[in-house]
Amino acid sequence: MFGRLTIDALPFYSWIAEAGAMVVVGGAVVSFLLVTYLKAWKTLWFDWFLSVDHKRIGIMYLVLTLIMFLRGVVEGVMMRAQQAVALNSDGYLPPMHFEQLFSTHGTIMIFFVVMPFLTGLINLIVPQQIGARDVAYPFLNSLSFWLTAAGGALVMVSLVIGQFSRAGWTGYPPYSGLQYSPNEGVDYWIWSLMISGIGTTLSGINFIVTIIRNRCPGMTWMRMPMFTWTAFCASILIAFAFPALTVVAAQLALDRLLGFHFFTNGDGGNMMMYANLIWIWGHPEVYILILPAFGVFSEVVATFSRKRLFGYDYLVYATACIALLSFTVWLHHFFTMGSSANVNAAFGIATMIIAVPTGVKIFDWLFTMYRGRIEFPPAMLFTVGFMVTFVIGGVTGVLLAMPPADYLMHNSVFLVAHFHNMLIPGALFGYLAGMNYWFPKAFGFKLDQKWGVRCFWLLISGFYLAFMPLYVLGFMGMSRRMEHYANPEWQPYLIVAAFGAALILASVACLVIQILVSIRNRDALRDETGDPWNGRTLEWATSSPAAPYNFAVIPEVSDLDAFHSQKMEAKAYQRPQAYEDIVMPKPSVLGIVLGGLGFIIAFAIVWHIWWLAVAGLAGAAACVIYRSCDDDTDFVIPAEEVARIEAAHLERLTPERQHDMRIYQPSAHAAEPVLEGGRS
Amino acid sequence: MSHSASASAALAHEETHALESRDFGFWLYLMTDAIIFALLFATYAVLSGNTAAGPSGRDVFDLAHVAGETALLLVSSITFGVASLFLKVDRARPAVLWLGITLLLGLWFLVMELSEFSGMIAEGAGPQTSGFLTAFFTLIGTHGLHVAVGCLGILVMMGQILVKGGTAPVRSRLNRLGMFWHFLDIVWIGIFSVVYLPAVL
Repeated sequence: MFGRLTIDALPFYSWIAEAGAMVVVGGAVVSFLLVTYLKAWKTLWFDWFLSVDHKRIGIMYLVLTLIMFLRGVVEGVMMRAQQAVALNSDGYLPPMHFEQLFSTHGTIMIFFVVMPFLTGLINLIVPQQIGARDVAYPFLNSLSFWLTAAGGALVMVSLVIGQFSRAGWTGYPPYSGLQYSPNEGVDYWIWSLMISGIGTTLSGINFIVTIIRNRCPGMTWMRMPMFTWTAFCASILIAFAFPALTVVAAQLALDRLLGFHFFTNGDGGNMMMYANLIWIWGHPEVYILILPAFGVFSEVVATFSRKRLFGYDYLVYATACIALLSFTVWLHHFFTMGSSANVNAAFGIATMIIAVPTGVKIFDWLFTMYRGRIEFPPAMLFTVGFMVTFVIGGVTGVLLAMPPADYLMHNSVFLVAHFHNMLIPGALFGYLAGMNYWFPKAFGFKLDQKWGVRCFWLLISGFYLAFMPLYVLGFMGMSRRMEHYANPEWQPYLIVAAFGAALILASVACLVIQILVSIRNRDALRDETGDPWNGRTLEWATSSPAAPYNFAVIPEVSDLDAFHSQKMEAKAYQRPQAYEDIVMPKPSVLGIVLGGLGFIIAFAIVWHIWWLAVAGLAGAAACVIYRSCDDDTDFVIPAEEVARIEAAHLERLTPERQHDMRIYQPSAHAAEPVLEGGRS
Repeated sequence: MSHSASASAALAHEETHALESRDFGFWLYLMTDAIIFALLFATYAVLSGNTAAGPSGRDVFDLAHVAGETALLLVSSITFGVASLFLKVDRARPAVLWLGITLLLGLWFLVMELSEFSGMIAEGAGPQTSGFLTAFFTLIGTHGLHVAVGCLGILVMMGQILVKGGTAPVRSRLNRLGMFWHFLDIVWIGIFSVVYLPAVL
């Protein structure tokens, strides 16, 4: 009846498992009670869960991100604490837990923190940046979100029922195969990736079509804001790369469920193929994680330097170059697999070449700041912190790109330091900058700056303390993923690293406090105009938060910094002659239902409850067929309603609240013209 | 909400734009599907020699049977095309009829494939036997699964045409289902030339 799910799956075998389960169950109960206390179930269900509005879906992605981020950070701190004390001792974490921790930490941070963070920001901003009213497929967008959430829920449930994988976030066979990992852990890993991966693939297709087909008149390719460009390139990467993840996860699942021989030791399996297949997805994935952050930095640096982005054209070409090259380097993840020297050399050179367009970008951002009137709100602090820190990570990446050096540093904590050095500044700083920058657009009030600055300084100093020692330890020969060790020379460095991890935890506490303080002070932080930073791109032309339809009249664009030039020519906020009816997509219950069914199917397969999996699949098929027959998916917002909403917005836009654009006149002592990077 | 004339016009305009977007997005979806098949082909190429002392392709493939499957699938693409043409000139009933023929051909193909599979398993050449057979069953099975989904789609579209007639959304859906169906043909030609022919020749 319940497959291999028995009472033993409950976490009463160790205090760590019990504590983890209690946090999950307790969190769920507290959230339930809170929503009940606030009498918010109706609003939550109808206005949020069923919503197909890209802005609300974006916000839900960000909530998912924050929840998963808290867990991921705590896991990282737990591992650092273990290694700080585990010299010739068992520390406080048994191997079973330590191995699950490094597997969930990586899985969560990549799939359920950075991925939903960037998808959320793209959702929130890209349609507004291109002057569109919604994404190309609003319902599919809701479905994508709920599938991602279902994957995250599966990872969370593994804390309460059974165990998660111990095979690392890449799940290499044969260790992840049936022979060495017979329990449900690897299946949890496979199926949480599988359902969230389908959601991500659909998101990728959705954004590609949105950006190609829904741009407003006048927005040519080379007038697209940089964030939209990076979102576009990342979406193409998603559509090309995620099918590979689906394939490799399905193959591993077949090995484990039906006794197939893709990656087994015997009977003609080939586990090296797994390494190839997962990194054919995995390397583009790195750029999926980072490219949209590059877009955020480009927007932030131009806005807060009060200058047009330097070398926009080159940034576009560099982004496209990186997207293309990201498919040519996957083998550098396993130079030690033993391909011939020539093959390794080719992939090593390809890897080093990626540093070139990335360097172009760094210079473009620096020159944007050059002679700018720079301001330093948290978003800009994260951007500058990124530029300094990311370059170090890039340099260590070039070191690792040399196959002979890689033979020495492969699988050491040098590698751990390297990729954290790419992803923490490259992705996390970027999306935190984006959150600080676009929060008012989502919620109508700004984030508290003081706590944002504290969060930044704790995060960047914590980062350096936590990961610079790991570079040294890598050279000293420390392997990654060690539960305990016998070399006393390592311990001082590991204690410093643990201290750094504690600072990172403190920075996350500041982030949470920043959000709470901002909610409390929301009236003082209110953004009345929709344009709190004197922004340059179209998303700042809408109200904050934007009306359901974003733009009452679809804007026309004649410049890269569309909104900035409108303001310069005093053409912003013009009242049209008359408003028109606006067609918007209807909310749908099927997104959350299909997400729920996805969760049930995955859970059933993990525990071999076959009748439930079949029932879930039949239900999902019925939902899809029902939706495919539905012709009545849109509704109309009448012109009078639009006029009423717009009048309320325009009333708040008093002249004294608008920005004084005279600051952009050249000042008396500027002897030379401002650098603009080849674009006149 | 009662629709005014301007609201209906706005809805109609939006529908046209949305349907064109869906066609374009479906091409992108097919591309992602093509990548899935490309990787399954690559897997097969890597594992096809790993017979683990079990049967090889020459021992288990029956080219005549496969030729029959190929013929069914190729003819079904033509009959699907005929159905599309009938719907284009607003003749719903013949369109449904030709879709029915396509459905029968698709089901016949599935039956032949399942008989091939069960025959091989009965001979001791199941997917658990070797890396080669694992890759074979996964590649062919994934294609078969797609055909099964396509058959379900044809059934749904027959119902929609009968109930709604050739409205713009229905035509657009049939168009996309057609793209899917022809795409499976192309994949099958790949399977025929990469899996069956080299093993038997």
